[in-house]
Amino acid sequence: MISLAGRDILNAWGKFIFTGIGLGLLIGVTLTMAGVYRGMVDDGKALLDNSGADLWVVQQDTLGPYAESSSINDDVYRSILSMPGVVEAANVTYLTMQVRQGRRDVRSMVVGVVAGSPGKPGWPPYLVAGRQITRSHYEAVADIATGFELGDRIQVRRNQYTVVGLTRRMVSSSGDPMVFIPLKDAQEAQFLKDNDAVLQQRRRTAENPSLNRPGVPGLLDAVIATQSSNPYVNAVLVRIRPGYSAEEIARPIRRWQRLTAYTRSQMEEILIGKLIATSSKQIGMFLVILAIVSAAIVAFIIYTLTMDKIREIAVLKLIGTRNRTIAAMIMQQAIALGVIGFVVGKITATFAAPLFPKYVLLMPLDTVAGFFAVLMICVLASLIAIRMALKVDPAEAIGG
Amino acid sequence: MSKGIFIEGMGKRYGTGDTAVDALKKVDMQVEPGEVVGLIGPSGSGKSTLLKSLGAVIDPSAGRMMLGDEVIYDGGWKVPDLRALRRDKIGFVFQAPYLIPFLDVTDNVALLPMLAGLPNGEARQRAHDLLTALDVQHRAQAMPSQLSGGEQQRVAIARGLVNRPPVILADEPTAPLDSERAMSVIRILNNMAKKYETAIIVVTHDEKIIPTFKRIYHIRDGVTHEEAGEGRGFD
Repeated sequence: MISLAGRDILNAWGKFIFTGIGLGLLIGVTLTMAGVYRGMVDDGKALLDNSGADLWVVQQDTLGPYAESSSINDDVYRSILSMPGVVEAANVTYLTMQVRQGRRDVRSMVVGVVAGSPGKPGWPPYLVAGRQITRSHYEAVADIATGFELGDRIQVRRNQYTVVGLTRRMVSSSGDPMVFIPLKDAQEAQFLKDNDAVLQQRRRTAENPSLNRPGVPGLLDAVIATQSSNPYVNAVLVRIRPGYSAEEIARPIRRWQRLTAYTRSQMEEILIGKLIATSSKQIGMFLVILAIVSAAIVAFIIYTLTMDKIREIAVLKLIGTRNRTIAAMIMQQAIALGVIGFVVGKITATFAAPLFPKYVLLMPLDTVAGFFAVLMICVLASLIAIRMALKVDPAEAIGG
Repeated sequence: MSKGIFIEGMGKRYGTGDTAVDALKKVDMQVEPGEVVGLIGPSGSGKSTLLKSLGAVIDPSAGRMMLGDEVIYDGGWKVPDLRALRRDKIGFVFQAPYLIPFLDVTDNVALLPMLAGLPNGEARQRAHDLLTALDVQHRAQAMPSQLSGGEQQRVAIARGLVNRPPVILADEPTAPLDSERAMSVIRILNNMAKKYETAIIVVTHDEKIIPTFKRIYHIRDGVTHEEAGEGRGFD
């Protein structure tokens, strides 16, 4: 049997290809949107994976350190380290800010890690160039997404840092690339005031009679010293010994240390379930709208193509063509349009994804699901045209 | 017993009650196999309604119709599948050829036997034979848009004949053609009618071809009257 749909497509292939390309660009946007969502989730997971932690210890009753601010004393890690089942515990700070390099600045997450102890939780697990931080001050390791290069001088707050190493896929849950600096510098950066503010604070402290008591030498200096240092970190990252469960370690920390501890699955729930939930809904809405627009476009195109063939359909019906043959012709054309559109869309998304500033992850499973969704949309969209075609009176082929 | 098409007392009423209109009142026709008859009448006389009734596109309101030995209408359709009836037993040739624009000449003709369940090879062979007989085989691979008006009409005739129906209904088949091509089409219809033992009813207004019919049915106000034609030019 002749494939009526195939012959019609071959006869008007230019129209089909160009229509398919138009539809494909729309499908490409849809696939990219799905990729943006997957990229956000993957960024969140990469953040957790690359931290190398099994447990996140943060300020009590906060969702820190990524979703909320958290502040705990930087000596807490010692007591955690002494707990059975804990292999490593490391202080870490996170601060999202603009990092300056020359005349430009880059939105980055500045991570403070304990200098000289690579491999500990919080450190970049691998480098693609250069070396890890070895000095206690003014060295930095940056994600290549920052655009920094080895030897670049970057500015965090008032201090200059030299980029000594480059890493990859170290990003915040928002997709901002990370810049690792020594912990002490990072602690200072979080609370560092400008010179005028420091002077003002010292003057106020000196004028406070309860802090500047006559006959108590050294009190004022001690108070000023505590004001100008920062003994807080955002979290302690804990690595668990094999054979112990994270929850097993977390329970006594919550009970006795009066801190909150999150396991990997709980942290993932915070990042994906709470931190990017609104963005996910936003993207979900876009996907729904794009699906509806795609369906409307396919329906309109197939309807128009069918309208152009009304006389031929009447002739086909008059000479005895079955309804299902006519319906199959229209549906096959809709599906062919969908397949052309999908191939174009997939190619578009694949080539466009790396151009996006944030990570776009095109997953094979999404591609398969997208393909079947496109087919489903095309089949549904063709129903209007099929309904119209089946209503065509074969008598229209005869004059009068 | 007729072997072509036999119609007796066919009527068609549109509407009911006071607004009812009898488009066909009493149509009696008989066309033998191998015969080409003309059906002529003024606008509004019921020609198209008769053609649609004969083509099983609309339901007549009364009468009897036989194709060959088979009663297909007698106060109601006697065949279960009108679509199959149109496909297998009735050939159509239209005023405009109405070829399927995305099929080449061979497939335009071979489509019908394929729809009837014939294997592709056999259907294409039938198409080839008919196109050869109609002298358009050299355009077998051409698309309809590449054919002249006369070639298109010959392909349409081949399509009407390909399932070897006992009757062909031709609706003004020469209307868009000049005299020479119109006569050529009538000649072809006569030849094909004889060759394939088909009864052909040609609805026409065309003064040029009316003298070519040996028998003519006049239809006026839904009633047919038979008269002898001149039968000029054809044996």
